[in-house]
Amino acid sequence: MCLGVPGKVVDVFEEDGIRMGTVDFGGITRKACLEYAPEVEVGSWVVIHVGFAISTVDEEEARRSYELLAEMGNLEDIDLPQTPEGVRAEDYRPAGPAEAGG
Amino acid sequence: MSEDPGSDAEERPRDFVLQCPVPLPPGASVLLGHGSGGKLTHQLIRDVLVPILGDVAGSELARLGDAAVVETDGLRLAFTTDAFVVTPAFFPGSNIGELAVNGTVNDLAMMGARPLFLSAALILEEGLPLEDLGLVVTAMAEACRRAKVALVTGDTKVVERGSADGLFVITSGVGLVPDGVEVGPERARPGDRIIVSGPVGSHGVAVMSRRAGIEFEGELSSDTRPLTGLVRAMLAAGDVRVLRDATRGGLASVLNELAESSGVSMVAEEKAVPVLPPVRAACEMLGLDPLYVANEGVCVAIVAPEDAEAVLAAARAHPAGEHAAIVGEVVEGPPKVALRTGLGGTRPLIMLAGDQLPRIC
Amino acid sequence: MRFVDEYRDDRIALALVDEIRRTATRTWTLMEVCGGQTHTLIRQGIDELLEPEIQLVHGPGCPVCVTPLALIDEAIAIAKRPDAILCSFGDMLRVPGSQEDLLMARAAGGDVRVVYSPLDALEVARRNPEKTVVFFAVGFETTAPANAMAVRQAKLLGVENFALLVAHVLVPPAIVAILVSPGNRVQGFLAPGHVCAVQGWREYEPLARDYGVPIVVTGFEPVDLLEGILMTVRQLEEGRHEVENQYVRTVVRDGNAPARAVIDEVFETCDRAWRGIGVIPKSGLRLREAYRAFDAELRFPREGAPASESELCMAGEVLIGRVKPDECPAYGTLCTPESPLGAPMVSSEGACAAYFLAGRRRVEAPA
Repeated sequence: MCLGVPGKVVDVFEEDGIRMGTVDFGGITRKACLEYAPEVEVGSWVVIHVGFAISTVDEEEARRSYELLAEMGNLEDIDLPQTPEGVRAEDYRPAGPAEAGG
Repeated sequence: MSEDPGSDAEERPRDFVLQCPVPLPPGASVLLGHGSGGKLTHQLIRDVLVPILGDVAGSELARLGDAAVVETDGLRLAFTTDAFVVTPAFFPGSNIGELAVNGTVNDLAMMGARPLFLSAALILEEGLPLEDLGLVVTAMAEACRRAKVALVTGDTKVVERGSADGLFVITSGVGLVPDGVEVGPERARPGDRIIVSGPVGSHGVAVMSRRAGIEFEGELSSDTRPLTGLVRAMLAAGDVRVLRDATRGGLASVLNELAESSGVSMVAEEKAVPVLPPVRAACEMLGLDPLYVANEGVCVAIVAPEDAEAVLAAARAHPAGEHAAIVGEVVEGPPKVALRTGLGGTRPLIMLAGDQLPRIC
Repeated sequence: MRFVDEYRDDRIALALVDEIRRTATRTWTLMEVCGGQTHTLIRQGIDELLEPEIQLVHGPGCPVCVTPLALIDEAIAIAKRPDAILCSFGDMLRVPGSQEDLLMARAAGGDVRVVYSPLDALEVARRNPEKTVVFFAVGFETTAPANAMAVRQAKLLGVENFALLVAHVLVPPAIVAILVSPGNRVQGFLAPGHVCAVQGWREYEPLARDYGVPIVVTGFEPVDLLEGILMTVRQLEEGRHEVENQYVRTVVRDGNAPARAVIDEVFETCDRAWRGIGVIPKSGLRLREAYRAFDAELRFPREGAPASESELCMAGEVLIGRVKPDECPAYGTLCTPESPLGAPMVSSEGACAAYFLAGRRRVEAPA
């Protein structure tokens, strides 16, 4: 039972006596219960599981730890996997404005 | 049907005894999964419906193309029918009426035909607000104008409250296949490239966003649109061998169907498949795989390798194909589809039995 | 998507794979205890990328898979009652009970509704005052705060036609059960990131210390998992056995205090039977006395035939990592996602289904 998705709080309100928020997951929004994240406000990032914020995302920690990982990815001489006929997987990516799915 | 041998079957009244030629498991009943466009649907069609119809169906039905192509008096006609039962009938970006017209127009276009004439049968639930009916039919009229087809005949029935989800729309369509155009599900060959005409998952997610229990807001919109112009542009640009619109069951189901019809294997690149950001976000939230989510304005084209770049360019130059992408290729092998990950691993892209369920795990 | 896409970066993932290979001087066997992590590992083929140096075995991390058979039968019985509505997460609908599953119960006329959040089930109860609305409360500690809030709200708002069918399970006792099982070969654990977001990782510290195993709190994306595996392997190579945190952007040592307070107010620990494994002491949650009026098992006492499992199903062995799904004789032949013998073949996080859907075949399945 682990599906938790990070999203940004764009609105905070009350419903039936509990603190709720509107969370933006990158183009779609849904309301979620913020009772377990009392310190969050508009602009905070939270992890939502079954309609509840179970944690905040610590942007500073994320940035700090990711920098090390990113360095790892850059320094290494990584060959991205090739397709059978020798055409690189990258060549299949659309150049258009839509993001490629993952 | 029992019949006196040697008599003219149309003259004499018959004892109407039906004996189903296909052995069916006793007590079995229809499940929702039979309508999902996945394996259960295919089993129902292949193992129950087609065998019962037998000689009446002929080879064209068994071909399982988006439309039947029949020849008469030197003309090749494409003929198709579709039932639309989407709930709710009104969803972001569209409604069941527009969906029905575009869906039938596209089925004809997928066989290389020029769509010409449509019929529409409406099954209305008692109590449906006339205003809703008006909006649906207005949308149908608009869609016909946009697709340049005429709606020439129809039927209307009303059923008791509770017997239909608001309304059902059944459309049939007829089109002409020009000389020299040969498109069909069995024509994919090893080496051909697989093109997807646009981002996937948009329609299914837009509809789901209005379903009770799952509501969410956002930049979601059904991608329903007529694909006739796009198909014409692609056909003019090179050897397009297979076309299919990726409706129920999503891109994954279509690739499996085509692999089966052509007797080939396919390899698709997971990260090459275009998905709009809000659609991806919705799928993440619900734990859905966009490759299995329904579309209404996207088609798969399987193209001879030497023409792939040209066909892709033609698609991208057309408004309905601006996010088109080459997502994979056809290879030798038994009918199955593999998906390659960005890490270089592959896993099979199987046909699901029924619908994907939202998951929380 | 921010905080997601970056952790799906292929270059970083492959760099981590290389680093893991360089670090391991021998074979190590690791276990993850979270269905979501199993899902990603298998779908991305990460376990195959790391073989043979790293052997990944999959733990009982799929609450859907370990929900006791008797409770599934109970849920189905409730769904079929004309005076009840059964609300559930989507994952549970295809899990086989003794005779059928919830989807079949719905096809036969039972009122079964998929909800995204337990608060949605409460809403169904408010809109249908003439029926009892039962929410099938499955999940690990991650989901407990949400389910607790639903019941708490029901009590506060006086929604008496709402009830919970509680099937919560806890992770640390399961890890202990695995560590003490004879023939255990697991040398290090990836602890589930979102369970720990709620609970923190304090309760894992005595386990690491007493059993001498490294435990790394890990996230769910490929980069997270590979980084967690690297941290575990480094500990093993250096002879350390501590609790470390890979999922630093989301998890802190003390977890989520308000969430734990509400869990504590509503639930208490109890013994729980894990489907396929058996009873693990103090490994479940049940409603406290003050909330017992909302217990579906008390409102709808169980009757009818006792639960019966397929004799062929090896779920228990698979769930504790002793057997890999493709080593089970029924795998892919008698047992497939379309006709599952047990729960791990149904949920997409169940190890058996994950293997099957990723094309791992020991025996070629008939078409």
